[in-house]
Amino acid sequence: MDRMHFGQHSSSQFNEALESIRNHLMEMGGLVEKQVVDALEALLHADSALAEKVLTTEDRVDDLEIQIDEECARVLALRQPAASDLRLIIAVSKAVSDLERIGDESAKIAAMALQLAEDGESPRGYVEVRHIGNHVRNMLRDALDAFARFDADKAVEVAAEDSEVDLEYRSAMRALVTFMMEDPRAISRVLNIIWSLRALERIGDHARNIGEQVIFLVKGTDVRHISIDEMEKEVRKKD
Amino acid sequence: MDTARELDNRNRADDDAAKPLIDVEERSMQDTPYPEKTVGKPFVDAPKMKLRHVNVFYADNQAIHDVSLDIGKNEVISLIGPSGCGKSTFLRSLNRMNDTIDICRVKGELHLDDQDLYDPKLDVVELRARVGMVFQKPNPFPKSIYDNVAYGPRLHGLADKKYDLDEIVENSLRSAGLWNEVKDRLHSSGTGLSGGQQQRLCIARTIAVSPEVVLMDEPCSALDPIATAKIEELIDELSESYTIAIVTHSMQQAARVSHRTAYFHLGRLIEVNDTETVFTKPEHELTEAYITGRFG
Repeated sequence: MDRMHFGQHSSSQFNEALESIRNHLMEMGGLVEKQVVDALEALLHADSALAEKVLTTEDRVDDLEIQIDEECARVLALRQPAASDLRLIIAVSKAVSDLERIGDESAKIAAMALQLAEDGESPRGYVEVRHIGNHVRNMLRDALDAFARFDADKAVEVAAEDSEVDLEYRSAMRALVTFMMEDPRAISRVLNIIWSLRALERIGDHARNIGEQVIFLVKGTDVRHISIDEMEKEVRKKD
Repeated sequence: MDTARELDNRNRADDDAAKPLIDVEERSMQDTPYPEKTVGKPFVDAPKMKLRHVNVFYADNQAIHDVSLDIGKNEVISLIGPSGCGKSTFLRSLNRMNDTIDICRVKGELHLDDQDLYDPKLDVVELRARVGMVFQKPNPFPKSIYDNVAYGPRLHGLADKKYDLDEIVENSLRSAGLWNEVKDRLHSSGTGLSGGQQQRLCIARTIAVSPEVVLMDEPCSALDPIATAKIEELIDELSESYTIAIVTHSMQQAARVSHRTAYFHLGRLIEVNDTETVFTKPEHELTEAYITGRFG
């Protein structure tokens, strides 16, 4: 169902309100994506200045979350949206929570970067962080693209990627735990890496949630808590 | 002359509701193709009314194109669509109210249970007792509240004795949620009530003859939000005993009161689905465009 096919609402104010919500969501998405990238860079290169920047961006992200939620509440109260408009509002207001949480997780990674810059770098784990970090970052970008383009197929891909990230996360954990057993002196520094990986894995989960909201928005089907195969089936069903 | 017909004539004298049905507007949505047949779930098991291939003409102008629909027992079905889409015309063909318009012809199979609605031998007055109607503007007779409600039962000979009639009047007013407000002034004029009360009086008058189906043609469009809320509450209660078809311009009202929603567009029935489905994920583009206000 292509919303844009019908173009504009009879009410131009309604149009503007929906447009503004979408623009703010995209702005928030852009900020959060940058936070993730910067937090990774800060961690991998022990760059405390960049880590500080991630932490300060947090305030702007929080403000946007509140602003978008207010806009959604206003449209619900004043316009009683239905059908795809209603699904847009629901999907956006859920997606902003996920974006805000991604921002929080990025801030955690930035905090770990500051810690590692102080305590000295971890002897292990950077390869895994870089690998999983890139993976998660692409997922987030794809989820936001899918939202901007109402692309349910891409949203399914994001969900499929999340399963891979989970596997990679588990294998990285095993490797790092083994390393800590071999070299207990490095435990506190390796733990910082482990927390960061944990945060990255959570970011992947949130990106998947955003993808699920895109599918709800485009297809009208709730695909939370089902397997990837079932999700694909739901998305293909009505084409 | 039967109640419904007399009401209709009174109603139409100052109401142009029948006019836009003939004058179909040009719309930019015309480029979107109609579905070959109605999408969604137009049919139900064991319907109260079974309507197949209904076509309605005003002289040479076709107002309804091949509409097939079931109305389930004790169901509230709402008919929505832009002005001139034929929803009122369709509703009026369900109790042969269109008979009052000379140039109007209705074709197709329309059944109430096993009764063919357009059987020439059918007594239309009897039919309209089984399929009652409530109009857009409250239209009580210039008689007392009591006589307004008693009019139908008297006409149809439903009550032999005074106390039978009293009982019917009280029960009808109670079902219409009006009894407590008028029980002390049953013999004052019905036209002295407020708009919302008048409309509930009209509903009481309709249900006084124990109809099986109640048709409502925008019953709340002349009422304020509180009176509207009362009528909507009433519709919900009435659905326990009656089958209700309601035409409404308020999509929110359709969403609030009906079990299924039928979307009409330029004389065609585009989509029928559970109301929740229609308002969250309509199947057809035209329904989507109308529901979200994208006609331009």
